[in-house]
Amino acid sequence: MKIMVAVKRVVDYAVKIRVKPDKTGVVTQNVKMSMNPFCEIALEEALRIRESGLASEVVAVSIGPSQCVDTLRTGLAMGANRGIHVESTASLFPLSVAKIFRKLVEIEKPDLLILGKQAIDDDCNQTGQMVAGLLNWPQGTFASKVVLDKAKRVATVDREVDDGIETVCLNLPAVITTDLRLNQPRYATLPNIMKAKSKPIQKFTPEELNVEIISDLEIVEVTEPPKRKAGVIVSSVDELIHKLKNEANVI
Amino acid sequence: MARHNSRVTLRFLLSSFPDRSRNPPLLPSATATFSSCFTTGFDEKRRLLQCNIVREDQQVFSFFKPLRNFIEIKQWGVGIQRKRYGSLAGLVQRNPRFSKLNDDDVRYFEGILGNKNVVQDEDKLVTSNTDWMHKYKGSSKLLLQPRTTDQVAQILKYCNSRCLAVVPQGGNTGLVGGSVPVFDEVIISLSSMNKIISFDKVSGILVCEAGCILENIMSFLDNEGFIMPLDLGAKGSCQIGGNVSTNAGGLRLVRYGSLHGNVLGVEAVLANGTVLDMLKTLRKDNTGYDLKHLFIGSEGSLGIVTKVSILTPPKLSSVNVAFLACKDYNSCQKLLQEAKRKLGEILSAFEFLDVQSMNLVLNHLEGARNPIPTSLHNFYVLIETTGSDESSDKQKLEAFLLGSMENELISDGVLAQDINQASSFWLLREGIPEALMKAGAVYKYDLSVPLEHMYNLVEEMRSRLGNTANVIGYGHLGDGNLHLNVSTPHYDDKILSQIEPFVYEWTSKHRGSISAEHGIGLMKANEIYYSKSLETVQVMASIKNLMDPNHILNPYKVLPHSLTS
Ligand SMILES: Cc1cc2nc3c(=O)[nH]c(=O)nc-3n(C[C@H](O)[C@H](O)[C@H](O)COP(=O)(O)OP(=O)(O)OC[C@H]3O[C@@H](n4cnc5c(N)ncnc54)[C@H](O)[C@@H]3O)c2cc1C
Repeated sequence: MKIMVAVKRVVDYAVKIRVKPDKTGVVTQNVKMSMNPFCEIALEEALRIRESGLASEVVAVSIGPSQCVDTLRTGLAMGANRGIHVESTASLFPLSVAKIFRKLVEIEKPDLLILGKQAIDDDCNQTGQMVAGLLNWPQGTFASKVVLDKAKRVATVDREVDDGIETVCLNLPAVITTDLRLNQPRYATLPNIMKAKSKPIQKFTPEELNVEIISDLEIVEVTEPPKRKAGVIVSSVDELIHKLKNEANVI
Repeated sequence: MARHNSRVTLRFLLSSFPDRSRNPPLLPSATATFSSCFTTGFDEKRRLLQCNIVREDQQVFSFFKPLRNFIEIKQWGVGIQRKRYGSLAGLVQRNPRFSKLNDDDVRYFEGILGNKNVVQDEDKLVTSNTDWMHKYKGSSKLLLQPRTTDQVAQILKYCNSRCLAVVPQGGNTGLVGGSVPVFDEVIISLSSMNKIISFDKVSGILVCEAGCILENIMSFLDNEGFIMPLDLGAKGSCQIGGNVSTNAGGLRLVRYGSLHGNVLGVEAVLANGTVLDMLKTLRKDNTGYDLKHLFIGSEGSLGIVTKVSILTPPKLSSVNVAFLACKDYNSCQKLLQEAKRKLGEILSAFEFLDVQSMNLVLNHLEGARNPIPTSLHNFYVLIETTGSDESSDKQKLEAFLLGSMENELISDGVLAQDINQASSFWLLREGIPEALMKAGAVYKYDLSVPLEHMYNLVEEMRSRLGNTANVIGYGHLGDGNLHLNVSTPHYDDKILSQIEPFVYEWTSKHRGSISAEHGIGLMKANEIYYSKSLETVQVMASIKNLMDPNHILNPYKVLPHSLTS
């Protein structure tokens, strides 16, 4: 069994985001870029499945500019068997990415495609659902637990929904998107970093995959969220209750 | 105080209240020092001198029996009841030459500062009277919060004329009992002097008031694309004035050097109220004696630092952090030598911890996770590189690490792939002081020791103490700075007498320093001879007499009690 995992290169989770002065986007120059944390979780899950003997190969895929190779190297150092880089400098929206994944799935024929539930840069939370739709595969989104039955070719997925956990069974092949509590990703150890250097990364362009990148969305403006107002220190419990009742209107 | 800062301080505070009662301040144990006079290789003069000090002090320092009393600590609305031992006051004698505070004094200060900045509220004073480790506690009745240099000058001039003793206080994170009163000294807090005065983007020179909190300066600089040349675990509370006054070292010293190099100017107020304006923003200035250096590391005993100008390096975009395992101390040392050669200009930190430190952090610090869980190793090293080119820096570091692995200097290791991972590696090193506080009582020693012998001390201490204590060693290996810490469930005089004076004698014998970066404070005032010659200390005392003839500034600290009382 083969598992394909999407790994996106995004502005590092811990970087303080700055909006460009012309409001067309956020500053990415000279900013630390890392693997999207949800993608890390997706990759970790794939590696655990492989280590438990249920899969034989994990293929990591990254789509974007040439530096995505660094993100792929991280994935390979974590343990992926090989990488695929679809190089594109255009701005990519979820539908284009989903179309690229459909093509790659046709080429690679994985049994499972695992993605992060969203990327922390655009917070779209769409790609997994779109690619499942395009492939006509079942999907288990927001996974907090994944159990595979290789013989029956079924994946049982616990999903984190508003009122608790929903458990769904998916016939393979299927799409899974990962939530935060699914697992804790491993670190890249030195021996594995060394091994990763000799693992292959295959290159494609969207044209080679016959995917036309269409900007079906237009970004009108990017602005910072309003600044939080400074708090006040109340002098007594009574004052606090008064403020909660009359100013915050919460009690 | 910035909101953020109080949050960090609060975390420190809450974490530093273990359920056990705390011990009396660790004053140099008189009898132990006495016996040392006959056992160490000190030269004759020093020996005699030490014996004298001890004889003199012995009348005062009866070998203490802890007196327990209850106090209630209330801060930020958190009320915590704690058992604690008696204060230092029983061990050092209050200098009778100092006046006692009276109502006229308070009125005078209110006239200068306004009522709001003259604090007599007991609850508020508890915080300022107690040090970070809850080991030293004074009984000051007055906290002053000046807002300008001129107010500091007026306060000191008055205190000097009245012979009222004072303690300058920054963020109160000092680890040697220097920042809290011993008796009823007036506390002069610099917290309200927290303005950034100027920043020159071309030269990277920052001028600010002494009460600026280190972390606030760091985030100010971050927005400008610069960093502070020093960084330490207490950054959320400590102030630049306190850093300068203790000549704090910290995590970036290996790269940027000490504050003696980075501080370009200081404005300080002398005991008689004279303001010394040495607030230059020049890198080169050879005009006479460079007096600003007297205020770097003198722990508030020569004057109050009110403003600082400091050279800040540009923030470089590529930071990498590796966390490595080594099988023995020798490998750590060799790794350092290699790192200095092969990483050269990008090496920005080289820290080490032993497996005992690692276990302590894993057991006591929430969120701590062993990055190399496969097996426990004897030593761990954290290496940070900072440079300007992400891909070449990473290549260089990886090549170095892989090479060191092949040479078996490293037995295993991980390389942070994002900032979050880097922070979690740093937590293991920076979290040790906090973990120690949670583990119970702690005896802290901050030593400079020639690298090759450094870890022998930890091992010798371990065999001395057997299983009565957990002896851990960590520190800034890149600077030859060992933090030797002895963790025990409770403070215990028997254990203390096993540690001191042995630890000081050992350090002295190996030509080390008994204080690499924390300073002398109250804790080591009588131990200074272990690292400085009699003649040197005498010149120090003359300087003290010249600059503060009434000895009102931070009394009982830094210099031996026999020379100052
Ligand atoms: C968790 C933790 C980690 C630490 N790590 C390090 C480290 O890595 N390296 C290191 O060197 N130290 C370290 N320290 C100790 C270090 O000395 C202090 O954190 C810091 O430098 C003191 O700053 P402060 O503002 O808290 O000063 P305080 O504790 O308030 O005062 C320290 C001394 O300076 C004097 N002083 C303070 N402000 C002034 C002023 N404006 N003018 C004159 N005198 C003044 C005080 O009287 C006192 O003697 C650490 C402490 C903690 C709690």
